[in-house]
Amino acid sequence: MATFNLKINGETKEIDVDPSTPMLWVLRDHIKLVGTKYGCGIAQCGACTIHLGDNAVRSCQLPVSAVGEQEITTIEGLSENGDHPVQKAWLEIDVPQCGYCQAGQIMTASALLKRNPHPSDTEIETAMNGNICRCGTYTRIKTAVKTAAES
Amino acid sequence: MASIKTKIGRRAFIKNTSLASGGLVLGFSILNSCKPKDVEKIAVREMPKEWFEINAYLKIGDNGLVTIQCPNPEFGQGVMTSMPMIVADELDIIWEDVLVEQAPFNAEKYGWQFTGGSQGIRRRWEGLRMAGATARHMLKQAAANAWQVPVGEIETTEGVLAHKTSGKSAGYAEMAAAAAQLEVPEEVTLKEVKNFTIIGHSKKDVETQKIITGKPLFGIDYQYEGALIAMAVHPPAFGLKLKSFDDSNVRSMPGIVDVFQINTLTDDMTRGYFDTNAFTDLVAIVGKSTWEVMNAKKQLQAEWEPITDYNFKMDRFGTEVEVTVPKGLESTDGHYAQMTEMASKPGTVARKDGNPEAVFKNAAKVIERSYSCPFLAHNCMEPMNFFANVTDTDAHLAGPLQAPALAETTLSTRLGLPAEKIDIEMTRMGGGFGRRAYAHYAIEAALISKQAKSPVKLVYTREDDMTFGIYRPSYHATYRAALDENNNLVAFHVKAGGVPETPLFANRFPAGAVDNYLAEQWEINSNITIGAFRAPRSNFMAGVEQAFLDEVAEAADKDPIDFRLELLERAKNNPVGENNDYEPDRLAGVLKLAREKSNWANSAPGAHRGVSAYFCHNSYAAHVLDIVMDGETPKVNNVVCAIDCGIVVNPDAASNMAEGAIIDGVGNAMYGSLTFKDGRTEQTNFDTYKMIRHNEAPKNIEVHFVKNEIDPTGLGEPPFPPVMGALANALYKATGRRHYHQPFLGKKEILG
Repeated sequence: MATFNLKINGETKEIDVDPSTPMLWVLRDHIKLVGTKYGCGIAQCGACTIHLGDNAVRSCQLPVSAVGEQEITTIEGLSENGDHPVQKAWLEIDVPQCGYCQAGQIMTASALLKRNPHPSDTEIETAMNGNICRCGTYTRIKTAVKTAAES
Repeated sequence: MASIKTKIGRRAFIKNTSLASGGLVLGFSILNSCKPKDVEKIAVREMPKEWFEINAYLKIGDNGLVTIQCPNPEFGQGVMTSMPMIVADELDIIWEDVLVEQAPFNAEKYGWQFTGGSQGIRRRWEGLRMAGATARHMLKQAAANAWQVPVGEIETTEGVLAHKTSGKSAGYAEMAAAAAQLEVPEEVTLKEVKNFTIIGHSKKDVETQKIITGKPLFGIDYQYEGALIAMAVHPPAFGLKLKSFDDSNVRSMPGIVDVFQINTLTDDMTRGYFDTNAFTDLVAIVGKSTWEVMNAKKQLQAEWEPITDYNFKMDRFGTEVEVTVPKGLESTDGHYAQMTEMASKPGTVARKDGNPEAVFKNAAKVIERSYSCPFLAHNCMEPMNFFANVTDTDAHLAGPLQAPALAETTLSTRLGLPAEKIDIEMTRMGGGFGRRAYAHYAIEAALISKQAKSPVKLVYTREDDMTFGIYRPSYHATYRAALDENNNLVAFHVKAGGVPETPLFANRFPAGAVDNYLAEQWEINSNITIGAFRAPRSNFMAGVEQAFLDEVAEAADKDPIDFRLELLERAKNNPVGENNDYEPDRLAGVLKLAREKSNWANSAPGAHRGVSAYFCHNSYAAHVLDIVMDGETPKVNNVVCAIDCGIVVNPDAASNMAEGAIIDGVGNAMYGSLTFKDGRTEQTNFDTYKMIRHNEAPKNIEVHFVKNEIDPTGLGEPPFPPVMGALANALYKATGRRHYHQPFLGKKEILG
């Protein structure tokens, strides 16, 4: 066990866990932020995507000990009132079906738009390819990313 | 729409008797239990101080807000929105005044609370309309009583009651208290379809805001003070069972609280139809956090031994049957060899019209083709999980289940508690696709909680989820068609089977359209557990039948749509046999709509087109699918889909579901495959089990609905099965090669 001071969604959280614990479980079990989802545990599905600094990362493969001073943003902290342009676009296009993967999709999409505000279709597909949607909302996700890019 | 007797669903509308007698006071007493969980959603409006419960489905607040219960569990099909829309329309209110809650699991109040078989809206249609219409009538009656005017002279518009001659008017809220005390009317008048103001008008999903902000909605998100995390270790292969385990190295690991064996189903009990479970002896590991339990699970030392053949009794919806499970460590290669052998022998005849043998013998042309598909895992994005808090006197469970009622009997038997002491909370499901009709994981959670004497949340890892599946079976079908010298289809033969069930539908198209018709089937028993998977059996038969018909049309030198329409014309005007279970006109209708909307005769440059159409789950779907070649790689560029599912309640959400079904179909046809070696699945996670991803999804999908006034049928499943056929037919146009084995981009298909 070790103590970590983590910067999550603009707040500092002190937690005492095994250093190998992935951020996914730190968030879900210890900080009770369950918007970040468990899907595969091997960085293949993207359901657990969070931002480490400005980058979208798979929190199931990010040990808490590797975070250090870097800022973590989860779906709960992406915007104050759920009104990030990507979230608004998701609402406008009414993207979700079951909704389980969507937090990860939104976190990947928002990181993409931050580094590339006007991505091409191919760039969207490439960036989003690590996020599986079992319900098959891919066409709506692409439309929503473009809608967010235009806003 | 004429008046309708309320008696069918009357039980659901009979108010709580104490409420009826106590009126307002009891209106207060139900406040706590009925308070909407999501206050923030209507932050723009004040919550009412009082709610008046008109019936089990709706209550009206003193400020005009209306809370509507969604009786069925939500797994992404949109019932949390579409079901309340039906109630709201008949109640005649503004949609913006509606709050939605997931109803509690309570069969007495809400009947069959089930998500599956594309039956939700179809089975609820009348009941939900009555819930709204009876409430509207009671509000009118309350106003009539208050104003001393005939009820027939009262009109409603968007939540306002009005009496024209006297000029009196009142909002629903003002009459709600009085209405709540009235008798439920014997008969009510439902709206005419043309007067719907909410049904048929797209509404945003009521839970999207929560989804996109990461609110706890799913079973796996369930929080309970003091709850421990549990995982269960199951045999690594079908055909093996637990022999012994050594937990000495695990008990001392950090965070581990307890390790013990559970047995989900006892040998002597009669199992329910949905108690499907190959692994009834499990080792449960209980601990303080997921990561700690996950690590301990990897270290547990367990010994496994082969099962012997065994039998159990099963209650198949009222009929007790004996089920035999064979021993053995099965492999996919073995399955295909067995299926090929079975396909070469006569099967059990399910339907025969005319004299197919003689006609095949004398045919000008005979086309014969065989098709197969592998097992599939459901791979819901939210792995199986359940919360349970079992005490000596009662049990509280919460989690993702498509049909909680199906778990009740087994829970009661195994916990030794009467059903009324078992409370099941329905959470939102991260996908279902049939998998969550099988509740073994809820039973496991309950037994673990009971033994650990603690509230627990059982969580499956992705590997657990994929290797402890209730899979889509592996199927095989051989088709033969006979053409006469004028290229008329004169005989048709289908022989289908699978491991372990047959996928045959003997009475579906083209049965009824061909004079000489033979349908046969066979089955190969297996110890691999199988169950419902989006459009069971249809998910294979549609694709292969439609791929075969494409080849027959080509051999007959006919346009594939014209060829199908000719057969449907025959089935309509002069049907063969009496048990044809599709309406030829409606099947032809979706084909014609897809033909028109896709501009069938003029495909885009470089696009290769395939068509298919199918009937299942009471609805009709047709697809025109375009492939473009990107070098050697086929890409689905465009899909035009036409659906006849009767009245569409929430059109944009319905389109979303059809788009998803099409992507799901392309994904499973191209890549989906679960294979076995010595009883083990060769795929255990998404690194080896290929799921369709963004860049493989169709670039564009258009969904069109046939407009009619037929009561809604089903939508979750019907657009899914025919996709595989349209894809196979488009691939042929693009590559010149027919595809007979799913997945189309899999090893078997590539090696032949």
